Amino acid sequence: MKMMMGSSFPEEVLEHVFSFIERDKDRNAISTVCQSWYEIERWSRRRVFVGNCYAVSPLILIKRFPDVRCLELKGKPHFADFNLVPEGWGAYVSPWIAAASTAYPWLEEIRLKRMVISDDSLELISKSFKNFKVLVLSSCEGFSTEGLAAIAANCRNLRELDLRESEVEDLNQSSGHWLSHFPDNYTSLVSLNIACLNSEVSFTALERLVGRCPNLRTLRLNRAVPLDRLAILLRRAPQLVELGTGEASDLRPDVFSNLSGAFSGCKELKSLSGFWDVAPGYLPVVYPICPRLTSLNLSYAATIQSSDLIKLVSQCHNLQKLWVLDYIEDLGLEALAASCKDLRELRVFPSEPFGAEPNVLLTEQGLVSVSEGCPKLHSVLYFCRQMSNDALRTIARNRPNMTRFRLCIIEPRTPDYLNHQSLDVGFGAIVEHCKDLRRLSLSGLLTDRVFEYIGTYGKKLEMLSVAFAGDSDLGLHHVLSGCENLRKLEIRDCPFGDKALLANAAKLETMRSLWMSSCSVSFGACKLLGQKMPRLNVEVIDERGPPGSRPESCPVEKLYIYRTISGQRFDMPGFVWTKDENSALGLS
Amino acid sequence: MPPDTLSDSPESDVTSAMTFKDTELTLGIPGEPTRSPAGKFCTKRGFIETVDLNLGTSTSKPRGKAHADEVDDKSDDAVSGACKSTASKTQVVGWPPVRSYRKKALESCKYVKVAVDGAPYLRKVDLETYNSYQELLMALEKMFTCFKIRGNYLGESKVVDPMKEMEYVPTYEDKDDDWMLVGDVPWKMFIESCKRIRLMKSSEAVGLAPRTPPRCTTTT
Repeated sequence: MKMMMGSSFPEEVLEHVFSFIERDKDRNAISTVCQSWYEIERWSRRRVFVGNCYAVSPLILIKRFPDVRCLELKGKPHFADFNLVPEGWGAYVSPWIAAASTAYPWLEEIRLKRMVISDDSLELISKSFKNFKVLVLSSCEGFSTEGLAAIAANCRNLRELDLRESEVEDLNQSSGHWLSHFPDNYTSLVSLNIACLNSEVSFTALERLVGRCPNLRTLRLNRAVPLDRLAILLRRAPQLVELGTGEASDLRPDVFSNLSGAFSGCKELKSLSGFWDVAPGYLPVVYPICPRLTSLNLSYAATIQSSDLIKLVSQCHNLQKLWVLDYIEDLGLEALAASCKDLRELRVFPSEPFGAEPNVLLTEQGLVSVSEGCPKLHSVLYFCRQMSNDALRTIARNRPNMTRFRLCIIEPRTPDYLNHQSLDVGFGAIVEHCKDLRRLSLSGLLTDRVFEYIGTYGKKLEMLSVAFAGDSDLGLHHVLSGCENLRKLEIRDCPFGDKALLANAAKLETMRSLWMSSCSVSFGACKLLGQKMPRLNVEVIDERGPPGSRPESCPVEKLYIYRTISGQRFDMPGFVWTKDENSALGLS
Repeated sequence: MPPDTLSDSPESDVTSAMTFKDTELTLGIPGEPTRSPAGKFCTKRGFIETVDLNLGTSTSKPRGKAHADEVDDKSDDAVSGACKSTASKTQVVGWPPVRSYRKKALESCKYVKVAVDGAPYLRKVDLETYNSYQELLMALEKMFTCFKIRGNYLGESKVVDPMKEMEYVPTYEDKDDDWMLVGDVPWKMFIESCKRIRLMKSSEAVGLAPRTPPRCTTTT
């Protein structure tokens, strides 16, 4: 029997070659070459990313990849960030942890986003993986400081504990003291992010921890750590590269000089965040490190106004990433454009998102200035209250290298303020000129036309967010039929219905997920889709009671469709309906 | 074409002849409470009055021919009601898309201590939860129940202790460390500059920054 070409290399050689291949896409590609490559690849894959925890089951994962060391999972849809996904929807990580605890004893890293993780799971993690190194919980919930205490106590090799914007319950008895559960001989901490914790942590434990971990490079403190304590920590860890401060509302000269001294010792600092309630008088303590800063997050600094912001950013000549409140105003963004020629990413958040009137002098002009002055700018998130097609066109022409463009004009359906037309052509210019655009969020007054532009030009677009836009199903059809690389589509309050969805059913299997809420998709169409497409889970999220009790043409409240190879999930709450339950209820 | 003209069935094309039923107009998409965009519809009142109204409410109403029975027939009230809502903004869930984590961080930065001369305890209030001096003073009155606030908030407010028959004047320390009388500056300015509040015995309130006539009563 003739052997295939693949056997001319010993397995060990192929495995060694594959070890240089890290990207999932590449690994997936080589695994399709032949059976032996598939086998070698699956045994040697160490890093797995599951973009939707319901797309595959733990069992299927373990069966294919028996020796995973780094696991990354994402749970709830993105719109959960804005309270559109009801409590109890799902994204529980416990089945994954339970399965991994026996299958992957050498697991080193767990990264979760928008998932629910319990203290029990945290404890299981801490006891199951002897070489556990990295725990990142991004926008997660369901756990308390008890779970953190278990991690601290048992993970002897922990390098990274990052609680990025998670909701952590502070149990009175242990709040703050979980940090003291790190043993005295534990010295391997490299990164600690506890910025989201509401209550105080035990400062002595924190100080001792920081003092005995010589490799600590990232320390993001929570609000409750006052500035005078910060100075102590900085003197213990002058090697810090990334720092998040606590709050600093009272300006005291002794604290100021102490802090100045401490900051001057930090020669490696490149990233700053925190700044809650900072008295502007403290800002000069960071001036000496501004020239070295590459990343600055002032988006929680509600007490720093335009002039102080300008003074600060004007000194940050090496800044690559800036997150800031709209207090920076157009003038500040002009200064940014003039001083920060290496800027890659800008996010401007609203200081008063629910105010009826503008409270700051921030308009489309600020964004135009930055697009003109910063040649490397490719990632933008911008909240403002007025926009024009001209401005969007200018931005598009200035920055054809844009890859992420998220514009939020605060009032829905706001037209071009100059000519009162829709912003179709403006956004059209963005997709036409920015050929590498991967992520786009729309806002303002938009008709089906903008979707025609997106479908025509958005060939690299992977994620699209739409709200209060469009006129008819044609809009949705343009996107689904035109955007070849679309992975995630999230839509709210648009007049899109059954027609486009059903006509593009096959497209949905090429995407990770589709979210539609407050649109016009009927329950009947959802049933049909669920029945015709077995590899899609069509979840109707409706808190009004069983959809079968209403006419089939009744639009559903919310709809979440995702591809999956593990079939229906078993942890659905009462307000989620899928085809199985639909058919049980029968047709009306 | 107006962006909110919704076709009730996938087959209808806006360019084809529209029947009476086909042009069911909604004032809002189901799920969205009638709010300020309704202002735009006021200018189309003539058109609206000639067609059947199917009004979006906070519980998604089904749209489509089969559901004419669910159309809200209080159309006139709804139109006028919707027009009224241009003044006050009703919030749409999840819009603008700011994470609650971020909202919380911006919110709770306006806690100030409140002291009352003669009382042994301090209280804290979150100024952000009030929209006017009146609300604040009413809340303070509730907090320090042995005192009564007399007068209106237009700079005439005094707190009276009925037992001791002494008057207390609400004062505050501002960012420049000056003690001012509560009520002098527009509310927004007050929130931004107030560091702490003290209900001062009026006998001691002499010599505070002179009271200027209240600028406007409409600031909230």
